[in-house]
Amino acid sequence: MSTDLVSRQCYRLLGRLVIYGGLVVLAAFYLMPLWVMAVTSLKSLDEIYGGSFIDFPKLVTFDAWAKAWGTACIGTVCDGLKPYFLNSILMVVPAVILSTAAGAMNGYILSKWRFRGANIVFGLLLFGCFLPFQVVLLPMAQLLGRLGIAGTIPGLIFVHTVYGITFTTMFFRNYFVTIPDELIKAALIDGAGFFRIFFSIMLPAALPIIVVSCIWQFTQIWNDFLFGVSFTSGEASPITVALNNIVNVTMGRKQYNVDMAAAMIAAMPTLVVYVVAGRYFVRGLTAGSVKG
Amino acid sequence: MGKLEINRVQKSYGQAKVLKEVNISLEEGGFLVLLGPSGCGKSTLLNMIAGLEDISAGEIRIAGETVNDRSPKDRDIAMVFQSYALYPTMTVRQNIEFGMKIRKIPSKERSAAIEAAAEMLQMTDLLDRKPSQLSGGQRQRVAMGRAIVRNPKLFLFDEPLSNLDAKLRVDMRTEIKRLHKRLGTTIVYVTHDQIEAMTLATQVAVMKDGIVQHLGVPQEVYDRPANVYVAKFVGSPAMNIIPGKLVDSEAGATVAFTLPNGKVGRVSGIALSDEARRRYQDKPVLVGIRPEHFTPTKGEGINVGIDVLEPTGPDTLAVFSLGGVEVIARLEPFATAVGEQLCLAVKTDKVVLFDPETENRLN
Repeated sequence: MSTDLVSRQCYRLLGRLVIYGGLVVLAAFYLMPLWVMAVTSLKSLDEIYGGSFIDFPKLVTFDAWAKAWGTACIGTVCDGLKPYFLNSILMVVPAVILSTAAGAMNGYILSKWRFRGANIVFGLLLFGCFLPFQVVLLPMAQLLGRLGIAGTIPGLIFVHTVYGITFTTMFFRNYFVTIPDELIKAALIDGAGFFRIFFSIMLPAALPIIVVSCIWQFTQIWNDFLFGVSFTSGEASPITVALNNIVNVTMGRKQYNVDMAAAMIAAMPTLVVYVVAGRYFVRGLTAGSVKG
Repeated sequence: MGKLEINRVQKSYGQAKVLKEVNISLEEGGFLVLLGPSGCGKSTLLNMIAGLEDISAGEIRIAGETVNDRSPKDRDIAMVFQSYALYPTMTVRQNIEFGMKIRKIPSKERSAAIEAAAEMLQMTDLLDRKPSQLSGGQRQRVAMGRAIVRNPKLFLFDEPLSNLDAKLRVDMRTEIKRLHKRLGTTIVYVTHDQIEAMTLATQVAVMKDGIVQHLGVPQEVYDRPANVYVAKFVGSPAMNIIPGKLVDSEAGATVAFTLPNGKVGRVSGIALSDEARRRYQDKPVLVGIRPEHFTPTKGEGINVGIDVLEPTGPDTLAVFSLGGVEVIARLEPFATAVGEQLCLAVKTDKVVLFDPETENRLN
């Protein structure tokens, strides 16, 4: 009997080893591109052309990072990614705030101040979630032209806010329907009005979904390339467009280390946001599915 | 404090009529319980009193003033909800304070009112907690505190005890009754629990399908229900409704039942107006007898065979067959055994008769 127990334990240990071993291999495989990016960005150009692809750099140098950030050339301008990084920040922050605010208000109305046809309006809004970017390109270009904000950062803010409202509205509406209507009734009897209820009761209770909405919008807008390349050019471009230009327009030897560093700089903010606030993201997405 | 008058009030959603002409008048300081199953319109009526739903027709007056077109905050009411409806991100203190802040009551008065309410409800040490840190009973207390500080003309309770466990429900019931005594405020209280209605109310309105079936003091509703529905809804176990026949007799009204063995049992001495007696002579009627109004007897009575016994502790419920239906009698423990023949006397002054077609009580 005791040998039986021992063999069973061995069997379990072996099982664990297989599972964890498999997971480690898969994780390593998945992380490979990031590894290549990281080590390449830390190598000198000579080492890249002379040596192996995935080796750790013989001499760690941050020159490529400095160049990508400050002096890499896009066309004839050699300012690196810095101005475009700033462009993206100037675009992302207002667009995230505006689309989240509008979504919160929409969700509040669609869940707590239902009007005739509210469901149809919500359905149409949801439809917007499935609309491919390409469909809106031409009409949006026309509209931006008429509004006089074509080719500018405010124009991009406008586009991203409008496009994002469908998603943020869905987030907030689905979150607010889990908040009991009796809360609104109690507040009405207490004498609170439409905005008082929104700011004093609904918004404070919506913190998890605000975080979700912000992360979602930040990631979407920061990573967007199509709207950026379609509606801006030159100095007003967001970082994704600038990255493309750096990588695709080169003279002489292809500067892999600078390209990799630039790509990592462009990806950094979304990574940071996700690492810092990721647990709220998961929590917020699953909130409401369990009554509490 | 104020009188509540509900005059010919109706509510319809499109074609569907939810309330069909409700008339209720509640004296100042009264305790009205709206009793009925879900979907009977009782909560709708309460929401209409609160101003949370429009009144389709008719008029609601609080303390003599028509409030039809007033918003909830201008009706001088306070409401306690089934789900407590505490603001989740605020502490208990902030919850109670919220309404007073909006009404711009000075902060000194606010804290005095909070202290007083907290003391009355024994929750002084809970004031700085969040609702999520409280038990169900404590949350209900906070909800009542929030209503009390308003010092309204009218308290509205919407099934406040339904989410509590059985023991707590009994405690809170007592607490609400004590509160009513102490404050003397007029209360309207919605419930589907007939025991709550019996224990709390000064007036009960039993509702079904948007109609008030019976409005009266609890004992009257219990003893002389207006129709079969009310008779069955109030009381546990429900009143037995037995098909019988009104027969001629010297000793007051007499009804005859068919016994399972084919013989006929009679109950005499039922109070009935002469007019009704003449009208229903030799005609079928429904006989309403409460379970506790059967007693075993050695003298004259109805002979029945006991099918099932259900001991509840203080007494035992005996199930037998009479007039073709199952009947329950509340007897003393060990008064009988299953399969035994038992002779039961009926407390005749408590028996009520109903018309078999309209199901309304005969006078």
